[in-house]
Amino acid sequence: MTSPFRTAEGGRIDRATTLEFTFDGQTHTGHPGDTLASALLAAGRHQVATSIKLGPPRGIAAAWAEDPGGLVQIEEPFPEPMLLATTVELHDGLVAHGLPGQGRLAEISDSARYDAVHHHVDVLVVGAGPAGLAAALTAARSGARVALVDDQSEAGGSLLSGTDRLDGGPALEWVAAAVAELAGHPEVLHLQRTTAFGSYDDGFVLALERRTDHLGTAAPKHVSRQRVWRLRARSVVVATGAHERPVVFSDNDRPGTMLAGAARTFLHRYGVLPGRQAVVFTTNDSAYDAALDLHRAGVRVQAVVDARPAGSPRREECERAGIRVLSGAVVTGTQGVERITHARVAAFADGEVGAVSAIACDVLLVSGGWNPAVHLFSQARGRLRYDEALGAFLPAEELDGLSVTGAAAGVFDLAGCLTDGQRVARAALTALAVPPPGEDRLPTAPEPVAPAAPLVLWRVPDTSGAGGHTSFVDLQRDATVADIERAVGAGLRSIEHIKRYTTIGTAHDQGKTSGVLTSGITAELLGVPVQATGTTTFRPPYTPVAFAALAGRDRGRLFDPERVTSLHDWHVAAGAVFEDVGQWKRPRHYPRPGEDMEAAVLRECAAARTGVGLLDGSTLGKIDVQGPDAAVLLDRLYTNLMSSLKVGSVRYGVMCGVDGMVIDDGTVLRLAEDRFLLLTTTGGAAKVLDWMEEWAQTEWPDLRVHCTSVTEQWNTFPVVGPRSRDVIGAVFPQVDVANEAFPFMTWRDATLDGVPVRLARISFSGELAFEVYVNPWYGVAVWERLLEAGRPYGITPYGTETMHVLRAEKGYPIIGQDTDGTVTPHDLGMAWAVSKKKPDFVGKRSFARQANQDPLRKQLVGLLPVDRRTVLPEGSQIVELHADGQLPPPPVPMLGHVTSSYRSAELARPFALALVKGGRSRIGDTVHVPVDGTLVPVEVTGSVLVDPEGARRDG
Amino acid sequence: MQLIECPWCGPREEVEFHYGGQAHVPYPDHPAEVSDEEWAHYVFFRDNTKGRFAERWCHSAGCRRWFNAIRDTATYRFESVHRLDAPQPHATELARSRRSTAP
Repeated sequence: MTSPFRTAEGGRIDRATTLEFTFDGQTHTGHPGDTLASALLAAGRHQVATSIKLGPPRGIAAAWAEDPGGLVQIEEPFPEPMLLATTVELHDGLVAHGLPGQGRLAEISDSARYDAVHHHVDVLVVGAGPAGLAAALTAARSGARVALVDDQSEAGGSLLSGTDRLDGGPALEWVAAAVAELAGHPEVLHLQRTTAFGSYDDGFVLALERRTDHLGTAAPKHVSRQRVWRLRARSVVVATGAHERPVVFSDNDRPGTMLAGAARTFLHRYGVLPGRQAVVFTTNDSAYDAALDLHRAGVRVQAVVDARPAGSPRREECERAGIRVLSGAVVTGTQGVERITHARVAAFADGEVGAVSAIACDVLLVSGGWNPAVHLFSQARGRLRYDEALGAFLPAEELDGLSVTGAAAGVFDLAGCLTDGQRVARAALTALAVPPPGEDRLPTAPEPVAPAAPLVLWRVPDTSGAGGHTSFVDLQRDATVADIERAVGAGLRSIEHIKRYTTIGTAHDQGKTSGVLTSGITAELLGVPVQATGTTTFRPPYTPVAFAALAGRDRGRLFDPERVTSLHDWHVAAGAVFEDVGQWKRPRHYPRPGEDMEAAVLRECAAARTGVGLLDGSTLGKIDVQGPDAAVLLDRLYTNLMSSLKVGSVRYGVMCGVDGMVIDDGTVLRLAEDRFLLLTTTGGAAKVLDWMEEWAQTEWPDLRVHCTSVTEQWNTFPVVGPRSRDVIGAVFPQVDVANEAFPFMTWRDATLDGVPVRLARISFSGELAFEVYVNPWYGVAVWERLLEAGRPYGITPYGTETMHVLRAEKGYPIIGQDTDGTVTPHDLGMAWAVSKKKPDFVGKRSFARQANQDPLRKQLVGLLPVDRRTVLPEGSQIVELHADGQLPPPPVPMLGHVTSSYRSAELARPFALALVKGGRSRIGDTVHVPVDGTLVPVEVTGSVLVDPEGARRDG
Repeated sequence: MQLIECPWCGPREEVEFHYGGQAHVPYPDHPAEVSDEEWAHYVFFRDNTKGRFAERWCHSAGCRRWFNAIRDTATYRFESVHRLDAPQPHATELARSRRSTAP
């Protein structure tokens, strides 16, 4: 296909290279430097898609991210939905099609890389237009550390879209010199194709760099596709320019209707004519440049329609060029089918529209003024004020460490932008105590011509008979003036409510063209000042950011750290099924061929209860507590007495919060007078360390004690079961493992081939058991020695599921599973672990509170399903039937819930632990648990179901 | 993301810190001797100040030290940070209202 609308020369495109792309199944060509939109316009195509709700055609209405119309789906090189044709840089082989507001995510995983970089600077300048470049040059010349980011493919900002001159030459020559100078400063980072999309506290700005998107299939695989820059600046200079604002009129959505400034961009930057016959509709002087530039480029400009009764001083310039200027006139509507054929024009005075006549055109250029792009300022909580003359919102205050310059601050002439950029940068440097540069020359810009005052016109009265239903405010949402009228009619006053009622400003463009229009139209309808209506809140991101880019490298296995013990490879080789416990990967069970979990767990449990089992308990939290006052700290934090523990002995302990509720439990080994090793739950390790450090630092800084996590310094292998003594005795022949010599709740040091090993008689199963502690470097070797020695007794590795069954059979609670932060040690039946001798410990005073004395508190009990078959689902509610066997009327009182539930090999039936109101007084009662719509009768028992007299622990 | 000044490490990003609630709420010297109501005030009651507030913070992903700060709860701005072993200039001025409301 040819490009009939491409100019003969000019533009920032590389005409020597031709790129081929496919849009809606048709092949087109373009050049490097084109966007998809400019290449489509060069082919004479305005329509990109159809509208999301109403279905009429929609076209390219702007030249960059503010375009509300031209949404596309990329198919090649990788499917990506909801991009704007105006911001997709053209590359060879691009395949895309238009989207009616809804795209399709790729069904395959994105193989591209995404990453993030942290960068700290003195001054961050956002926007490389004239104001931003001037600011960046001043900051760079001072020697400060500077970052300059800009969202376009090259620097220049508005200068890329015009014919401005600086120092007597083309302004872009100055831009090139400025970029070259910045490149010569070693402390300057200059990034193009990088959109600052969020501005946060203390100079924190997030920016997205599109690194390879413009290369298409030629993108090198080793380079990340997009990069999030996490920029921290002592001072931020926002030089983000302005968005042109349309005027709303009937049928303003017809393809061929475009912002006037966008037409200049397509002409000067891309060498593309937006049409052959243009009508320009404006409320201000800026659109005269578009009219004159297009005229010079060969477009027949049919008329400039200026809503201002007095028109513009530039009228003569147009008339000399043979362009008709209609002052005091408006465009009231458009005609055409898939593309505009006529603009309907009428005289306009005092808000009244006169007789309408049609002017033929294939493109209608509109300018309703300019909205400063105050997004980053507003995101940083800067207040805005409405400027009556501009009809736009401007920064209303100075923020610490963030300043706004250029068009974003309402400065619209080139000379003013340059001097303002320099001024703002110098002020920022002064605030940072960096001496501003001595030599800091600005280029000479032509003397600005004061423009005639713009007219603030939000909408042209609808004389089409459509009642505002075809006067589009937000083209992407198909939201019209009639929708705002309906919202106001429904009683809505807040602009935030009107946004949500009409959905205006909620599409991909987030209201870049429609937001201020909505404020203005709403204020008109309500008869209040626009300042009173205000704007909706500006929130990041400024433009859409892909989740993949935000995720960066934190995807898949790198999303969250995985912690594994030194035995992990052995577990994998043994066929373990893993479960996540916090960040740990723990073997849940080791199924043999043909076994499901139930069968494997029954086998593993039987081995531990009748022979010997082996567990990798290395994930248990371990805290080394050292110092002359170590025992004092433990006495204050555990409910029981730790200072009386003898060196060489072990004690079980419970920790409570100040509210008296259990927060963790575990065993404590006294290693020396001034040294303890604390074992915590796997999930509670970090929390317990935090808790101990908090008290030691904030309440008792006088205590000479230090706490250190040693979780990963020790492997822990419980060897469990009646034959465990045989196994330990065989592996450690020098240790006297007899009960008298090595009693329950004591520990001994031993060595294995010179490697220090610690042995402890601790049992989390009720069986005779030894825990083996060893440096993880030797973990696998020691584990294999234990397996070898246990082979004659059928030693069986078991996982967390079996561990749970064994501990639950003994009524040992898991803190956080059988408790929920409202459970005291007494509720758990652990009054024996609460010291009556100590005058105080954390939580003690709360036990005396009335609520904690209530006999109807939920208490931990056992449950045995009467049918001996049902495994009660954990979390099931417990209810009580009336004497007549009927369920009480709803709401049925809940007695409590099932906290742990398993099938027991030892009991040959399922059992459960539960928290039940007044549970211990209900032992022997039958209560009911609803399971799958039926009420299962269960007997309440004590929480210890296996070996309640504790006969097995010594073997 | 805010920067918080750790008195030991200097300014660090807020994700490195852990909030510890109101400062200068001491553990009672003799818990057994206080009334249920006084104890409940210690355990459960904290001020909900709009404006300047004395708080505890911990640089939990850094030096792991606790420190006190004066922060404006409306603007989030930190006015000052104080090591626990340093004078606490605003401790009395910003002391919790419990003292005046408790029986």
